[in-house]
Amino acid sequence: MNHQKIPGSAPGGEPDVIRADEAPQEDDLSLQVTGRPRPGRWLAVLAAALFAVWLAYTIIVNPNLHWDIVAKYQFDGVILKGLGVTIQLTLVSMVLGIAIGIVVAVMQLSDSPVLRLTAGAYTWFFRGTPLLVQLIFWFNLALLFPVISIGIPFDGPKLISWQSNQVITGFVAALLGLSINEGAYMAEIVRAGIQSVDPGQREAGASIGMSNRQILSRIILPQAMRVIIPPFGNQFISMLKTTSLVSVIAGADLMTVSQHLYLANFEVVALLLVASLWYLVLTTIATIGQHAVERRYSPGAAPVLRSRILANLLPGRTKKGAAA
Amino acid sequence: MNDVILKARGVRKRFGDTEVLKGIDLDVRSGEVLCVIGPSGSGKSTLLRCFNHLERIDAGRVWMDGELVGYEQHGPSGRVLRERRARDVRRQRERIGMVFQRFHLFPHRTAVQNVMEGPVAVKGRPRAQAEKQARKLLADVGLADRADHYPEQLSGGQQQRVAIARALAMEPALMLFDEPTSALDPELVGEVLGVMRDLARSGMTMVVVTHEMGFAREVADRVLFMDRGAVVEAGSPDLLFTDPRHDRTRAFLSTVL
Repeated sequence: MNHQKIPGSAPGGEPDVIRADEAPQEDDLSLQVTGRPRPGRWLAVLAAALFAVWLAYTIIVNPNLHWDIVAKYQFDGVILKGLGVTIQLTLVSMVLGIAIGIVVAVMQLSDSPVLRLTAGAYTWFFRGTPLLVQLIFWFNLALLFPVISIGIPFDGPKLISWQSNQVITGFVAALLGLSINEGAYMAEIVRAGIQSVDPGQREAGASIGMSNRQILSRIILPQAMRVIIPPFGNQFISMLKTTSLVSVIAGADLMTVSQHLYLANFEVVALLLVASLWYLVLTTIATIGQHAVERRYSPGAAPVLRSRILANLLPGRTKKGAAA
Repeated sequence: MNDVILKARGVRKRFGDTEVLKGIDLDVRSGEVLCVIGPSGSGKSTLLRCFNHLERIDAGRVWMDGELVGYEQHGPSGRVLRERRARDVRRQRERIGMVFQRFHLFPHRTAVQNVMEGPVAVKGRPRAQAEKQARKLLADVGLADRADHYPEQLSGGQQQRVAIARALAMEPALMLFDEPTSALDPELVGEVLGVMRDLARSGMTMVVVTHEMGFAREVADRVLFMDRGAVVEAGSPDLLFTDPRHDRTRAFLSTVL
């Protein structure tokens, strides 16, 4: 701090001199209340903006980055088809993942040691092995089980049989791998959510004669949502990008088709950029959706994104929008 | 005297090494208000929770309307008490309403939805009919204008009155109150006790675990004093409060009165 005395200023270097005869009266209620000024923040904004401009400049004018190629492929039919597969894979595997997750979480919290152990073994195995390994395994299921049948086990008569190679396409293998793996993570999220609900809620439901299933679906799960939704949003956004792993089993998703294109025309960076831009679009939409859902499930608790940035910069603004 | 609606004989319950109920015998008659008093940890709440099978018991039997609660006699000479099917336990619980110390309203449902929950989900009543009944019950407990509020928008006393309406919506034959005013700010106790007093006057059979001696004295037909997992004595409030027979009762009353 500057302790030098400035002529005409009060001791301590205060910039605003208040003379006793001008000071507002004690009963003057028109005074404005503000927070401390934050000059450092404006400096940081300036520095960050300069850096961003420089970064954008070096990328945009880079002659090695073929923007014409990016533009040509951004809305290419093949890319858009891959994009569709990525969206489909994400949605279906998340829905299946939640379904599996809820069932496994309930099993983990059940009285039956058999159910608890089964659920434990499931999460242990599918969280403990790499997703990449699981995907390749499902795709190559035919190596282990050439024929899939419904009937009596242990070489008994079979009602109906399929060739594994015909049933397990790249898409099916991708769905199996992604949803079974996701189920293991969702199970832990759902379990934490269920356990966050006051045990008194279960008793209150039981005391009016509700069944365990009714208590779970009508009382416990709706309240657990508050705890489940934020990590679920994370998982969803993560899944949007994790689907790119299925390129190793010819999943025909956005990443796979981008790879096929750049292996043919050698425009590696341009096509990776095309894919990345689409992934960013998807994750941005998902983030907006996540905030909307969070607001829906915890009224008043979720901060409003757009006003937060401004609120942090402007002193004296209180978060009056938080309760809306 | 009216018929015995709830009967307990030799009820025992232990948590780990501590035996919290050491053989409780009890009769509750139809239309009677029974207040259970006693120091903290004397087993009052646990006893109440055994009556609707929220708590399993280790020995003894509880009957509601002559039917064993939570268990059925099994084996060649009926000497094994086997836990009932969940469906039967639920049917028994429908007849017994319970009000908890900490309300346990469903926070994601409005007051009227809380009250409707049992009739709609358990009894399969049409929503419109259940809502009509729920609004009437809320009016009875003085909350007609709070029916569409969420629990967090209500005071503790209002929440507890909604909880009473929720239990009454199942049209129970017996109401259990587990320290219904212990979690309330002092100025809110009166409104809940008022609702309970009205309920008692309407002829509801009630077992009330409470620390409100004034309420017990005024409303109870009988008062039962419990200490260390056993019933020390029971009798009319006039007798028990003015002339207790046991030293333990006298000592307890001298600390709370």
